[in-house]
Amino acid sequence: MNENIPLLSIRNLSTHFFVEEGVVKAVEDVSFDVAEGKTLAVVGESGCGKSVTALSVMGLVPESAGRVVDGQILFRGDDLLKKTESQMRRIRGNEIAMIFQEPMTSLNPVFTIGNQIVEAVKLHQGIKGEHAWSHAVEMLRKVGIADPARRVREYPHQMSGGMRQRVMIAMALCCWPSLLIADEPTTALDVTIQAQILELLRELQKQQNMSVMMITHDLGVAAENADDVAVVYASNIVETASVAAIFEEPLHPYTQGLLRSMPRLGQKMERLESIGGSVPNPLHFPQGCKFHPRCPIGVSDQRCRTQQPQLREVAPGRCAACFHAKGYGD
Amino acid sequence: MPAYIIRRLLYMIPIVFGVLLLTFLLFNVVGADQAVYRLAGNNPTPEILDDIRHELGYDKPLIFSIDSQFVTHVKKAVTFNFGKALDKEPIIDKLKNGVPYSLALTVPMFFGIVVTSVSLAILAAFYRGTWFDRIILLICVAGMSFPYLSYIIFGQYFIAYKYDLFQIYFSPQRSIWSNAALPILIGIVVGIGGNVRFYRTVMLDEINSGYIRTAFAKGLSTRVVLFKHLLKNAMIPIITNTVLTLPYLCLGSLLLESFFGIPGIGGITLDAIESRDFSVISTMTFIFSILFVIFNLISDVCYAFADPRISFD
Repeated sequence: MNENIPLLSIRNLSTHFFVEEGVVKAVEDVSFDVAEGKTLAVVGESGCGKSVTALSVMGLVPESAGRVVDGQILFRGDDLLKKTESQMRRIRGNEIAMIFQEPMTSLNPVFTIGNQIVEAVKLHQGIKGEHAWSHAVEMLRKVGIADPARRVREYPHQMSGGMRQRVMIAMALCCWPSLLIADEPTTALDVTIQAQILELLRELQKQQNMSVMMITHDLGVAAENADDVAVVYASNIVETASVAAIFEEPLHPYTQGLLRSMPRLGQKMERLESIGGSVPNPLHFPQGCKFHPRCPIGVSDQRCRTQQPQLREVAPGRCAACFHAKGYGD
Repeated sequence: MPAYIIRRLLYMIPIVFGVLLLTFLLFNVVGADQAVYRLAGNNPTPEILDDIRHELGYDKPLIFSIDSQFVTHVKKAVTFNFGKALDKEPIIDKLKNGVPYSLALTVPMFFGIVVTSVSLAILAAFYRGTWFDRIILLICVAGMSFPYLSYIIFGQYFIAYKYDLFQIYFSPQRSIWSNAALPILIGIVVGIGGNVRFYRTVMLDEINSGYIRTAFAKGLSTRVVLFKHLLKNAMIPIITNTVLTLPYLCLGSLLLESFFGIPGIGGITLDAIESRDFSVISTMTFIFSILFVIFNLISDVCYAFADPRISFD
């Protein structure tokens, strides 16, 4: 594989939902890359469009109201948006797999976990019968489930949340995908389990040499696991950079605000700082830069209030969408 | 599981006893003197009436005696020897003759209704909010709103008489299937309306679940996701709704059987009601309650097969 072509490259993606009250622009002109074997963390508040971006890549945007209206999703250079449904089915769960936030509800309660893993193996790998089952057992062992030969015949309700997320990971990785989309994989788990699951993901990522697109609202998770970070605010990407650069010197005022509102070890504080105001309603985004009403600079800046800054390269390997970011130019 | 089933079967004993007591009270104590009914219009002398009462056992004590009327009632029921109807035919023979006709009518109707309404409900839930969903809902509401009789009359007049596609009325020379085809069709059309609406709600509860999204993310086809993953999760309400309608299958359909002249249990029951043949009606009541208790048990057992989270131990 050519080193220079990223595994996944999203260009100007816009996904909208058409509801009675109007058009919800859940994803607006979003572009980012996921490099081969690397982890990209997509960071943002709830409702900012992170999950819809992931579902757009999978081609699973709820058909009843939502639609990808513009852009390209290039996977190994092929535009996924141009693929037919049956072509997408061969990619889903096979080359691109996804794990979800809620391990409690993401597994089907009425089938054994073995059955659910084998289903994917049979579908994509053409492995049949006993071989598929032994592969399922092998995957369960890989994700650290004790006594997998017995567990494989159990139902999801017989397992704890952490184990179910391990099963989800086993299911996602059973066809050796080259890209794993993890949508807040640890949000529903308690902190110790969270660390174990992330550790497991890192390990498996190394073993299987896959890329991970990790969606999270937790900057700590991003800092520990990602190589690159894309910060999303109100359906737009506001900043992309390597994880070191973003924590070292955040350029966008929103990223700066996020970092300031994180508790720091060894620093005594009465209360945490927060970003004033609240996330705008996606039905009525503010004019100009969507962050300006909450931004210390933008709230009084004429240009921020009227023009929307585009994401632009501000330094080698990092982009920002703010008129006042260092290196943005005019 | 076996222990549970045995326990439930034992529970049946008091229930059946209660049913027998109630039917007995209803028909022998609260109801009118049957001897008078049987001879209405014949100007019987009191002696003749007494003879009939003796013949029918009505001169015996009601409950508290070894050969009381109630004991005879219970004996008849547990030995399935229900005595004779007004026309002197043993009731059990009447049932034996009628059941095949009723089943030929109701069993295909039952499967037709379940399969069509579950499939339509799944599709309507999947395509919720689209024109397909709306048209299905419109047809359902219309189907529920028209009176049953209008379908029968429409079917008999247009489909059977004008276009000659089906039999208008039962005729013993033809096969039961050609006789039952039109009533089966009407039964299905009338039956799916409410069912589709109910199942659609059930499916909508499930279709937004995480496991459906996971199934799609695995790359499964829509057909497999809907008819494997979704359907199995929706089985509990489907079982509840369908298994308890099974006892009605044996009783036949009163309206369809009488309008199409099918000599099934439904027709026999209607005849018995018209001629005030209490022994037949009481037998039907008894059999229905037994069937109801049995199918209740069956549906509970089915739950355990449908959902691994349900266990009886």
